[in-house]
Amino acid sequence: MGEILSEIFSAPMLVRALIVGVLVSLCAALLGVSLVLKRFSMIGDGLSHVGFGALAIAAVMNLAPMAVAIPVVIVAAFLLLRLSSSGKLKGDAVIALISTGALAVGVMAVSMSKGMNIDINSYLFGSIISVSSSDVVISAVLAAAVLLMFVLFYTKIFAITFDESFAKATGINVGLYNMLIALLTAVTIVIGMRLMGSMLISGLIIFPALCSMRVFKSFLSVTICSAVVSVATFIAGMIISYAADTPCGASIVCVNIAMFAVFAVVGAVKARMK
Amino acid sequence: MALINVEDLALSYENMTVIQNLSFEVNSGDYLCIVGENGSGKSTLVKALLSLKKPVGGSITLGDGLLQREIGYLPQQTNAQRDFPASVYEVVVSGCLNSRGFKPFYSAKERKTALENIERMGITDLKQRSYRELSGGQQQRVLLARALCATQKLLLLDEPVSGLDPMVTTEMYELIAKINRSGVTVIMVTHDMAAALKYASRILCLRKDGYFFGTADEFLQSDAADFMKGGVRHG
Repeated sequence: MGEILSEIFSAPMLVRALIVGVLVSLCAALLGVSLVLKRFSMIGDGLSHVGFGALAIAAVMNLAPMAVAIPVVIVAAFLLLRLSSSGKLKGDAVIALISTGALAVGVMAVSMSKGMNIDINSYLFGSIISVSSSDVVISAVLAAAVLLMFVLFYTKIFAITFDESFAKATGINVGLYNMLIALLTAVTIVIGMRLMGSMLISGLIIFPALCSMRVFKSFLSVTICSAVVSVATFIAGMIISYAADTPCGASIVCVNIAMFAVFAVVGAVKARMK
Repeated sequence: MALINVEDLALSYENMTVIQNLSFEVNSGDYLCIVGENGSGKSTLVKALLSLKKPVGGSITLGDGLLQREIGYLPQQTNAQRDFPASVYEVVVSGCLNSRGFKPFYSAKERKTALENIERMGITDLKQRSYRELSGGQQQRVLLARALCATQKLLLLDEPVSGLDPMVTTEMYELIAKINRSGVTVIMVTHDMAAALKYASRILCLRKDGYFFGTADEFLQSDAADFMKGGVRHG
């Protein structure tokens, strides 16, 4: 174990991936609690597909991937939020529509660019090599923003997550906070996507919150537990991925599945003991 | 001056006018029940009173020093709320959010207000329990305590007894009446005509082709009452 860790820490590429991963999983977990409780889990999934489409098009057109993907995903996040809250189209149907649409456009773009060497596999399922040093900077800034927002607006985030109508009535600018959450979610997804893959990134958002909700009963404890679970499963998944030579994103999600099983059992035992 | 003065109000819902020429006033200490068939604009009126919806005509004026954000609102419960991981205390104290600007944490005074209202609703022993483990009646008490944190003057209740069994419903009505006797003005949207007649000092009955506003006795003698008897279930 010690040997594996020292090997990871001696490779700059892996250290970068570890730093970005820990920061992104922290953000994903904090945002995830609110998204899961507001029944917006699938938005994360939809956005990652949009991210895939944007990355693919950026690669084909030879543009900087992040510079294209971040604004596109932010726009998609606002759009999804607007559509699902206006109730004109059913939220889940809209997300399915946008997901598959973006995925198809991305695949078309990649397949039409014959002769170009685009590794579609790494876009879909993530790759440690793709984490650049500019990603480290962006994810550090993002993590700081999410943490700051959570501490400063914790009480308001609770209020709008628990009860939007009441929050509106007490004069909280619900639309603004929803947009802030959507914005940070979009950025989290784009950064995390490179490491986790666009098919797997939403696991980082959903699993920790769901795990914590099995066992903990207050909003504060669920939030803290999600952050801890998320960072721990990320590190464990990355070590497994390195030791067993398995893909990073999939290893992390598998650790999360195991964690969910553990939390479900603990939750059931706790309920039984009452 | 009246606490709320509604004059010649017109409201629309998805570009359809649902309320026209509506005038009534609510005075301090009143217990006003808003009744009416589905689609008569009850929910739209509630939104307008909370200033979440702009009138297309007429005006709603708040008086007696009542601020817009000082209305204690009890919304209808959503499905997402029923299994929400939050302690009773966390939910109640969030009612204090209206009186604070950008301060990130609750002050000692706000925490005290929350505890007082928890006691007032008789749920002190549930304080640390999780909201999702409570019965429907207990959850409504928690939401009432939260609404009381937001106001000392006016409660606006949107169908507070829907989904509760008859015994708990009666308890809930008695609790609301008690709050009203302690000096808090109550506006309640309800389908329960019997309760409205028993508790309300004023009744506002919305209909697609007009409205009635007056006391319960006046209501019983009006043709609005005949109209309502057909479509309203008696609780």
